[in-house]
Amino acid sequence: MDLTFTPAEEAFRAEVRAFLEQNLPSMLAEKIRTAQRLSKSDHEQWHAILNQRGWLAVHWPVEHGGTGWSIEQSYIFEDELSRAHAPGVVAFGPSMLGPVLIKYGSEAQKRYWLPRILDGSDWWCQGYSEPGAGSDLASLKTSAVRDGDHYIVNGQKTWTTLGQHANMIFCLVRTSSEGRKQEGISFLLIDMKTPGIEVRPIILLDGEHEVNEIFFTNVKVPVENLVGTENKGWTYAKYLLTYERTGIAGVSRSIAALKELRRIAQAQLRNGKPLTEDPLFAARMARVDIDLRNMVTTNLRVLLASGDGAAPLEMGAMLKIRGTEIRQEITRLARIALGPQAQPFCTPEGITAQYLNYRKLSIFGGSNEVQREIISKSLLEM
Amino acid sequence: MNFTHSEDRQMLADTFGRHLDQQYTIDVRHRISGSPEGWSRERWLGMADLGIIGALFDERSGGYGGSGFDLAVVFEQLGRSLVVEPFLGSLMAGQALAKAGCRSDLLAQLIAGETALAFASEEPQSRYDLASLTTQAQPAQAQHDHGTWTLSGRKSVIPQLEAASHAVVSARLGKDSAGLFLVELGKPGAVVSGYKMVDGGRGGDLTLDRASATLLTDNALPLLEEITAAGIVALSWEAVGVMDVLKKSTLDYLRTRKQFGIPIGKFQALQHRIVNVAIEIEQARSAAINAAAALAGPRAARERAVSAAKYTVGRAGTIAAEESIQMHGGIGMSWELPLSHYAKRALMIGHQLGDEDHHLSRFISLAVTG
Repeated sequence: MDLTFTPAEEAFRAEVRAFLEQNLPSMLAEKIRTAQRLSKSDHEQWHAILNQRGWLAVHWPVEHGGTGWSIEQSYIFEDELSRAHAPGVVAFGPSMLGPVLIKYGSEAQKRYWLPRILDGSDWWCQGYSEPGAGSDLASLKTSAVRDGDHYIVNGQKTWTTLGQHANMIFCLVRTSSEGRKQEGISFLLIDMKTPGIEVRPIILLDGEHEVNEIFFTNVKVPVENLVGTENKGWTYAKYLLTYERTGIAGVSRSIAALKELRRIAQAQLRNGKPLTEDPLFAARMARVDIDLRNMVTTNLRVLLASGDGAAPLEMGAMLKIRGTEIRQEITRLARIALGPQAQPFCTPEGITAQYLNYRKLSIFGGSNEVQREIISKSLLEM
Repeated sequence: MNFTHSEDRQMLADTFGRHLDQQYTIDVRHRISGSPEGWSRERWLGMADLGIIGALFDERSGGYGGSGFDLAVVFEQLGRSLVVEPFLGSLMAGQALAKAGCRSDLLAQLIAGETALAFASEEPQSRYDLASLTTQAQPAQAQHDHGTWTLSGRKSVIPQLEAASHAVVSARLGKDSAGLFLVELGKPGAVVSGYKMVDGGRGGDLTLDRASATLLTDNALPLLEEITAAGIVALSWEAVGVMDVLKKSTLDYLRTRKQFGIPIGKFQALQHRIVNVAIEIEQARSAAINAAAALAGPRAARERAVSAAKYTVGRAGTIAAEESIQMHGGIGMSWELPLSHYAKRALMIGHQLGDEDHHLSRFISLAVTG
C-alpha cells in the first residue's frame, strides 16, 4: 500500500493550483465560499475558462476533447478546485450526457453535440423524474410515439435542475408498454424551444428557484435525436449513473466545507470562548472530521479498485450514502454554529439556506434508501 | 497511490490465513482459550516457525517486517480466527526493547517463539492515560544508567500476562519524568494474578513490590506513545478481521434463516441494517489503512491517524457486534454460536489502549496543538 502521490502528480497539483490562481475570478470564488447562488452567466463564464484550458470535460477520451487523466489526476484536480472555492462543473452536459453519447451515440450525434457541450452552445438539463416516478424511475410514463420521421412526446417531467437556463433536455421516455417496464424506455434529445414545451418554476424550501417542472404536449422530436436503440434507454440511463464516480462522495467539497465550518465556529462565542473550544461542539466537529478522513481513503480505494471502468454499483452507492451524510452533517453543524443568527431568512453567507438546500443530497441521484437496496442486493445475492 | 498489499505481505497473509483455517478452527480456539493457561505454547511456536512473530519486527531487530502494513496483515488474520496467543503484548514489549536497543537476546527468543512478552502501561487509576503513573521506580544501586532499579506499584488488565516471561513496565522516575523498565516475571516482588477475560484467553494484574527492573529509557513518554501507536494499528486491523467475520456470518444467516415462510434477508428492515454495518466496516478499514500508513511518519500526523482509527474501530466494532447479535435473534445470544465470541472480541478491543471517547477527545486536543 502507498498513500502518497508521486512527484509527477505533485507537479500536476502545482500546475492546477497555478492555473486557478491566475484564472479563477475572485468574485466566483467568494460566492462559492459563502454559499451564494451562481447566475447562469457565472456558470457560463467558468465553463468557458475551463474549456479554454481543455479542462471542462476531464473524463472524456482525449479524441473528443477530454484529458486522458489518471484517477489520481482527476482526484487532485477536484481537490484543487474545492480548495480554491472554484465552482463545480454543471454536470448535465459534460458529466452526464457527454459520456452516454460517446458510448452509445451515433457518429453524427457525437460530431454535432459534443463540441456544443464544450463551447457552451447548449445548456443541457435532465428529464428523468416525473410526478409518479421518483425512486421508482422505471415506472415513468412520459410517452413518445413514432409518427413518420418524428416522435410525438406527451407527459410531464419534474425536479428539472436549472431547466430554466437550458435550451436542450435529455429525456427518458416510454416507447413501449410491453414486457418489463425497464424494457420500454428510450433516450431522447429534445430542443426546449419546440412548440408544446412549458417550463414552470418550483420554488424550494430555501426560497430559491433551482428546479422546474416541464410539460410536454404533442412535442415533435426528430427521430435522429434518439440515442442508441429504441427501448434500450434504461441501459444508457444506468450507465450515466455509474460513469462518473470521482465526485459522488464529494470528499473534496466536504474538506473545504469543514474548513469553512471551523472558521464560522471560531467566530462564534459560547461562554466567552470560541465555539471550537466548546467540548460538545468540538466533539461534533471531530466526529465528522474523522468520518471524512476515513471517507477520503474509502473514496480513493473504490476509485482505484475500479480502474478505468465504472465503479461497482454497490461501492458507488456506499460512497453516495456516506459522502452525502458527511456533507449534510457539516451544513447542519454550520447552522447550529450560528445559534440564534441562523433564523433571519438572509443568514450570513447563506448558511441556513444551504443547509436546507442540501437536504436534496440524500434524495436525488437515487435516494439513500434506494442506494441501500442496491448494496443489500449485492451483499445478500438474493 | 495504491491500496493493494505488496506481494510478500499478501503471501504472508494468505499462508497465515490458510494455516489458521486448518489448524486454529473455532473448536481448537475454544479449547485453548478455556484451558487453564488460556493460550497454547505449542501453537505459539508453530506460528513463530511460520515467521509470524518475525513479521512484527524490522531487520535491525532480527525480524523482517515491523512496518504498519506488516502489523496489518498479521493482526487482520488474528482477528479472523480469534487467536488468543500473546501477540499484542509481545509486539509492544518487543518494539520497546527494539527501539531502546536493549536485550537483543530476548528479542531473538521472542521471534523464535521460545518466549512471550507482556506490555504493562495501564494502572487502576490511569484509564488509558499513558502519563498517569503511580508505579514508582527507585534506584537500587548508585549507577542509574545501566544499573538495576526497583519498581513498586500496580499494573492492571494486562493481556496474557501469565504467558509472558518478562513485562515492559512504565513507572515514575523521580518527580516529573517516566521510565520504561523490563521486569522478569516470577521473581520476588513481581506478583502476577491472572483471570479469565470476557473475550477469551486470560489477562492479569501485576503487583510490584520493590521488584527488580532494568531501565530501558528514562524518557518514556515519547516511546510509550510510539509503541501504543503500533499497538493501536495492530488492534485496528484485528478489529477489521473480526468485523469481516461478523458481517459474513450475519449475511449467511440472513440468507438461510426463514421466518414467515421466507428468508429474513428479504425483509427491508434487516437489509438496511446490514448495509449500515457494511458501510461502518469499510470506513473502519480505511481508518486502519490511514493509521498503518502514518505509523512511520511524523508524530502529529501519526497520533491523529491512530486516534482517528481507534475511535472509528471502537465505534464500528460496537455497531457491528450489537447489530450482528440483533440480526441473529436469540441464537446470536448463544455461547455455542461462534458469532457471539467474535462480537465479544469486537467489543473488548474497544476497551484496549483507549476507547472511542478517549480517542475522540485526544483527536481534538491533537488538532488544537498540532
